[in-house]
Amino acid sequence: MEQVQVGKLQVLLDSFANKDVFLHLETTNGAYASHFDETVFNAGAFIRNIVVKYELGKVAGDSPHRVGLKLPHGWVYAQGITHFEMDEHGRLLMAGHDQTGKLAVALQISETPFTY
Amino acid sequence: MNLPQERHVLVVFPHPDDEAFGVSGTISMYIKQGIPVTYACLTLGEMGRNLGNPPFATRESLPHIRKQELIASAEAMGLTDLRMMGLRDKTVEFEDDEEMVEMMTKLIEETNPSLIITFYPEYAVHPDHEATARAVVRAVRRMDETLRPKLYGLAFANNTAAELGEADVIHDIQSVREQKMGAMRAHISQTAWMLAEMDKRLAAGEPEAENWFTFERFYTYRWHEDFEKLF
Repeated sequence: MEQVQVGKLQVLLDSFANKDVFLHLETTNGAYASHFDETVFNAGAFIRNIVVKYELGKVAGDSPHRVGLKLPHGWVYAQGITHFEMDEHGRLLMAGHDQTGKLAVALQISETPFTY
Repeated sequence: MNLPQERHVLVVFPHPDDEAFGVSGTISMYIKQGIPVTYACLTLGEMGRNLGNPPFATRESLPHIRKQELIASAEAMGLTDLRMMGLRDKTVEFEDDEEMVEMMTKLIEETNPSLIITFYPEYAVHPDHEATARAVVRAVRRMDETLRPKLYGLAFANNTAAELGEADVIHDIQSVREQKMGAMRAHISQTAWMLAEMDKRLAAGEPEAENWFTFERFYTYRWHEDFEKLF
């Protein structure tokens, strides 16, 4: 993955617009967060291989960026995106990695389903 | 020191690397003693968070890396019967509970273990650990009491010592230090920071770090304090 370059990522987001795409969206602070620190409220969400068709995709702000997808009847967004990659299967992988190298958020878009 | 003789040892954990810190010494010792060991690893740790910054992997490439690490860990321990059970990391507790029990029952029927090692239910912190432990306990509970294998649980929740007391099974694993080190290093993508810390502590001669390579501790499952009445 490389650090987000807004212009480059924007072109990639545009290339998936108005198509049925499979979506992976995840936020996490780790299963051990409240084991290591009992004052942490552990929350996260995960959704994988949901089909959406967005009419507008936009990358916003300075790093860590926000990425939002406007749907006919709703929205998808992710906050904290630092890195991106178009992988060898033509999937757009975006992720937010914290200073210690831990993934905190992921947003991925693909024309084919992600593996299980 | 040798561990007591076993017919077959079945180890069940949900994540590649779950075996490394807590039981890789024990597994290595059984194998050295010629006792067959089966390790069933339920997921490939697909949701691991250590991906680096700059990233060395993506959410999609991580399972491939961790699978190779799991195989390397098995090799370090000399383990030949490694089974990858095909579930997805962090979803184990959402699987059908009955199907989970059946998965464990099949493993037990096939390997006919005299000892099973897994997590200790309610003291295993991670939801996947808990779900794995529950399924194993339920499968064993369904067996005729006289035919049940011994069941050792790994417990590390913050309230473990207060509620379960000290572990009743302690294995001196100093004779397989190299194998354990190998298993821990095999999972480098997830353990790099921990290992760096450990190397520092070992170099400083800290007894706590040396402990990793001295003892492994287990709690024999307390059927008289079963975590549920029945399932």
